[in-house]
Amino acid sequence: MGKAAENIIKKRWISLYVENEIGVLAKISGLFSGKSYNLDSLTVGETEDETISRMTISVTSDESTFEQIKKQLNRCVEVIKVVDFTDIPIHMKEILFIKVNSLNAGEKEEVFRIAQIYGISVIDCDRSNLLLECVHTESKNNGLIKLFKNSFPNRIEVIKGGSVAIEAISMADR
Amino acid sequence: MEMKGTSLFIKALKEEGVDTLFAYPGGQVIDLFDALYDSEGIEVILPRHEQGLIHAADGYARSTGKVGVCLVTSGPGATNLVTGIATANYDSVPLVCFTGQVPTHLIGNDAFQEVDIVGISRNICKHAITVRDRKDLGRIIKEAFFIARSGKPGPVVVDLPKDIQQAMGSDEYPKEVSIRGYKPNTGVHVGQVRRALSILSQAKKPLFLVGGGVNIADAGREFTRLAELTGMPVITTIMGKGAIPTNHPLYIGNIGIHGNYAANRAISECDVLFSIGTRFNDRITGKITEFAKLASIIHIDIDAASISRNIQVDIPIVADAKTAILKILEEAEALPVKEWTEEVQSWKQEYPLEMKKYEGMTPEIIIHKINEKFRNLIVVTDVGQNQMWTTQYLELDHNRKLLTSGGLGTMGYGLPAAIGAQLGNPGTPVVCISGDGGMQMNIQEMATAVALELPLILCVFNNSYLGNVRQWQEMFYGGRYAYTCLTARRSCAKDCKNPEKCCPKYSPDFVKLAESYDAAGIRVEKTEDIDGALEAALKRTDAPTLIEFIIEPEANVYPIVPTGKPLSEMVMD
Repeated sequence: MGKAAENIIKKRWISLYVENEIGVLAKISGLFSGKSYNLDSLTVGETEDETISRMTISVTSDESTFEQIKKQLNRCVEVIKVVDFTDIPIHMKEILFIKVNSLNAGEKEEVFRIAQIYGISVIDCDRSNLLLECVHTESKNNGLIKLFKNSFPNRIEVIKGGSVAIEAISMADR
Repeated sequence: MEMKGTSLFIKALKEEGVDTLFAYPGGQVIDLFDALYDSEGIEVILPRHEQGLIHAADGYARSTGKVGVCLVTSGPGATNLVTGIATANYDSVPLVCFTGQVPTHLIGNDAFQEVDIVGISRNICKHAITVRDRKDLGRIIKEAFFIARSGKPGPVVVDLPKDIQQAMGSDEYPKEVSIRGYKPNTGVHVGQVRRALSILSQAKKPLFLVGGGVNIADAGREFTRLAELTGMPVITTIMGKGAIPTNHPLYIGNIGIHGNYAANRAISECDVLFSIGTRFNDRITGKITEFAKLASIIHIDIDAASISRNIQVDIPIVADAKTAILKILEEAEALPVKEWTEEVQSWKQEYPLEMKKYEGMTPEIIIHKINEKFRNLIVVTDVGQNQMWTTQYLELDHNRKLLTSGGLGTMGYGLPAAIGAQLGNPGTPVVCISGDGGMQMNIQEMATAVALELPLILCVFNNSYLGNVRQWQEMFYGGRYAYTCLTARRSCAKDCKNPEKCCPKYSPDFVKLAESYDAAGIRVEKTEDIDGALEAALKRTDAPTLIEFIIEPEANVYPIVPTGKPLSEMVMD
């Protein structure tokens, strides 16, 4: 019988090897927007082979939509390989900068304490502002943003890059 | 040895076996045209508009199985191709579209007639690329032809900057193609085939559903053998029509929102649906949760992304239709389904397709006359009621004989596609069936057909309306004919439903219009005049004949399945 599609909606990961050519990023992102797939993040960078770029894509979707996404990606001439990272051990990190502004001395100390606890670096500062660099998993970074938002409301500036992921050798960090 | 880019371009076309090039000149391709001027062996066809041009290339490709090749200039020349690219993409038609481009140093400068056609067409074609280096020219053209014709065929756009065309470089055109991200499937999974046959062997009410993939793979004969071997009834999508001769006893008809009663009922009652080369488009499924809900579904498709996309299937087989059918034929057996097949055939007798409701000359009668008069013809349709009536009543004995824009539903497709079909099939009668709306969308191509001395037979079903939409307005929008009357004048009452009373009888007068292009024009208003008009058209061998059939303005296409309803809930008349 034509079965109802599985409907477990969750975050899923794809590692994509693509030709390192003009327009490929536009093609892949256009595929997502054109077909109304829910793209959470997409990062791209050159690999050890300068003719190949690797994308890390995270989407929130059900199983059947995700299968369709992989098939659609596989159809693209510029896509060399599609690897599903959803249920395999991976190392995955995202870069996050948090600028905390208008701090008094006590608050600066508080930021340094948080940085120490959570293993993040203070990379720039002046008398009342601090810049933090966090390289963590997406969920941990989201937690940090929440923490700083609550601790220093209306005084933080945040910028995140998308996640990059690679298959684990022996243990995952998720 | 070194040669100009333009010379390599021509060499490449010849190596790819291109004998017909649909081309429209302009500033950024003038060098290519200059080179073509000296070239032998490639006929350059000059349509009157780039949209007509690409539909003609599409008609040529669909009817011959070869790659259709277009050459247009940059900017508006390229953007005029867009509808044709999407049309070809939806129906898996192999095209290579060369677009001129401003020189590479001007790209991005908003130069005169510069447009990012690769960016525009990326999501409506199989592949699109700009040649940015003369050394890549040969490889990219080779890859374009390979991508267009292999796997699931489709249109490829190759953007050629003017300086690349002019630059000197290698004269080598590659013999081989190796694209690491593109490896079309050429085999078939034997295990899946056996699983499919195993399910089939237990079926009591199995049914074949055949789509355009069978016609594209030229697998009609093989499929007919398979149908005869198993004894299963066969239904088709409009794109699959012709895969099995329509007069074959196993052929039941088209399914879908304008499918016939027996085909739609068979879908609702079958216990195994063996589908080949169809995407389960919403036009054929009706309410999706009700589609073939009693059936286990086997699905063969060359495109993995088409499998379990709209309908979850039980046995997926990713393969070319012909390869898969040949493999199935090796192991398939006759099935004890005579009773079921006879039952489905009896529904066909009980509820035949017919336009009984209307008096006088109906599209059904006209198409029956075409069936009688012509043998081995190619029929091209436009889009709308004309298309639905044609796909309902036309008799076909082979694939590649019915060309219709099924996926995109592109009005204006008919006339130019007929030109392409005639060019690809000299000596074969080509009949175009269109409506008064669609015919006017690319009417300028009458000049092309006349210039090329093509004996096309252009049948215009003139009902003075955009009939398909008008029918929906009649049935589902309270009869409010919002802007679908083609003879309406500004001064007409909005609720006028009788164009003949206060408006010109013909708008345009298609007979005069045809004559103005130096084609023949005939108007037919009575059934008894159909034969004479078709015979007169058949006698002309060096110019098109346009026959304007004045049909009942409010004739509808039946059956119809309203939006959101299951196929079993057909409105019969």
